[in-house]
Amino acid sequence: MSPKTPESTTDQYRRKFLKQSAAVGGLMVAPGVILNQVAHAKPDAEKVSNKNRWGILVDTNKCSKGCNDCVTACQEENGWGKSETKSRPDQQAQWIRKVTITDKQTGHVQSLPLMCQHCENPPCVDVCPTGASMKREDGIVLVDRHICIGCRYCMMACPYKARSFIHEHLQYQKVNAPRGIGTVESCNMCAPRVDRDREPACVEACSKAEHGALLFGDLKDPESAISVELKKHGGKQIRADLGLNTGVRYQGI
Amino acid sequence: MMSYGQFAKHLLVLAGLFALPVLSNAGELGPQPPKAKEKASAKTECVRPVKEMRKNHMKLLLHKRDETMREGVRTKEISLSECIECHVTPKKDGEYPRIGEDEHFCSSCHNYAAVNIDCFDCHSDLPKDASAHMHTLNGNNPHHKDLASKDSLKKETLDVLIEGGKK
Repeated sequence: MSPKTPESTTDQYRRKFLKQSAAVGGLMVAPGVILNQVAHAKPDAEKVSNKNRWGILVDTNKCSKGCNDCVTACQEENGWGKSETKSRPDQQAQWIRKVTITDKQTGHVQSLPLMCQHCENPPCVDVCPTGASMKREDGIVLVDRHICIGCRYCMMACPYKARSFIHEHLQYQKVNAPRGIGTVESCNMCAPRVDRDREPACVEACSKAEHGALLFGDLKDPESAISVELKKHGGKQIRADLGLNTGVRYQGI
Repeated sequence: MMSYGQFAKHLLVLAGLFALPVLSNAGELGPQPPKAKEKASAKTECVRPVKEMRKNHMKLLLHKRDETMREGVRTKEISLSECIECHVTPKKDGEYPRIGEDEHFCSSCHNYAAVNIDCFDCHSDLPKDASAHMHTLNGNNPHHKDLASKDSLKKETLDVLIEGGKK
């Protein structure tokens, strides 16, 4: 084998030329490609990627005190709440709950929805012995019930008390929200909907009720409504001191 | 000594006895999975050849389950809900069979083979059109309240149903 023939040098030049022209071509195509990504839904076969990080911004000043629409929408979407008839109330599932907080000094009362905060560094994932508690590439934290053994360690680790355990046999589950005895569950930011470019059910219900207190979007896209709003007015994490970098942020608390 | 003719007769009877289980097996014994809906009938096949599906459906499902669960791949081809959508068909009385009943596609074989599956502890064992209205049928959300909004029952009847006729 000859180490270097005139041919191989030619090949190298060719390669270089091809690379350069491909780069130029790429530049020219790129704007079109990016437009394409924004305009169209994620193809079903495409995997979720860390190019996105989904988040929800809650404006507590817009959140109505008597309104429970986000909770009922979540129940309707995911089939929890009414299906557990034998469990005690404190055992029943709560994917999302309304919390009322009062400032004792001023008497200011606030109402806000509390659910899985979809942390960047989720303690529930850290402690899970089987890898069932997991974070998707796009930042959604959820339970893979196929390998969940129901030890409930994640429930103890979660600072937001966002997870529930199913104590009884269930029937008539939603097709898009399988859930059953012996597994832990929590808000999954409506992953099946998000994968099809839809908003989570709670966000949809909130805008339907004309409160608009919930804003869903991509935290990594600087032009998304949620990023713009966060940049303009900011948003707090609950228990920011824990350094979890939550995907759910709150305004007005 | 047996004559040739007698021997042949005995042989025939013996052969008949051996053939009996084989023949009857073709008729009644063994799993009897119900026919799928139109889209996976003889004209349009299942997502894989039937032979392969019988042997490997669990491997396909296992692979797809991790892809969907962990990577958000939502293709319909090898999705459990699509299997159910096509394969679970109403019984003779028009009701959908539940998992565990021999008329349910999955149970028809799994009951026979005595292989327990826990898929349907969590997953819906009914097609969408069947589960859509059934889940609301419980004490908290009785059917007659839906009927009230549709004006399909008389007001007096509704009073009895909802208020127990106490007014």
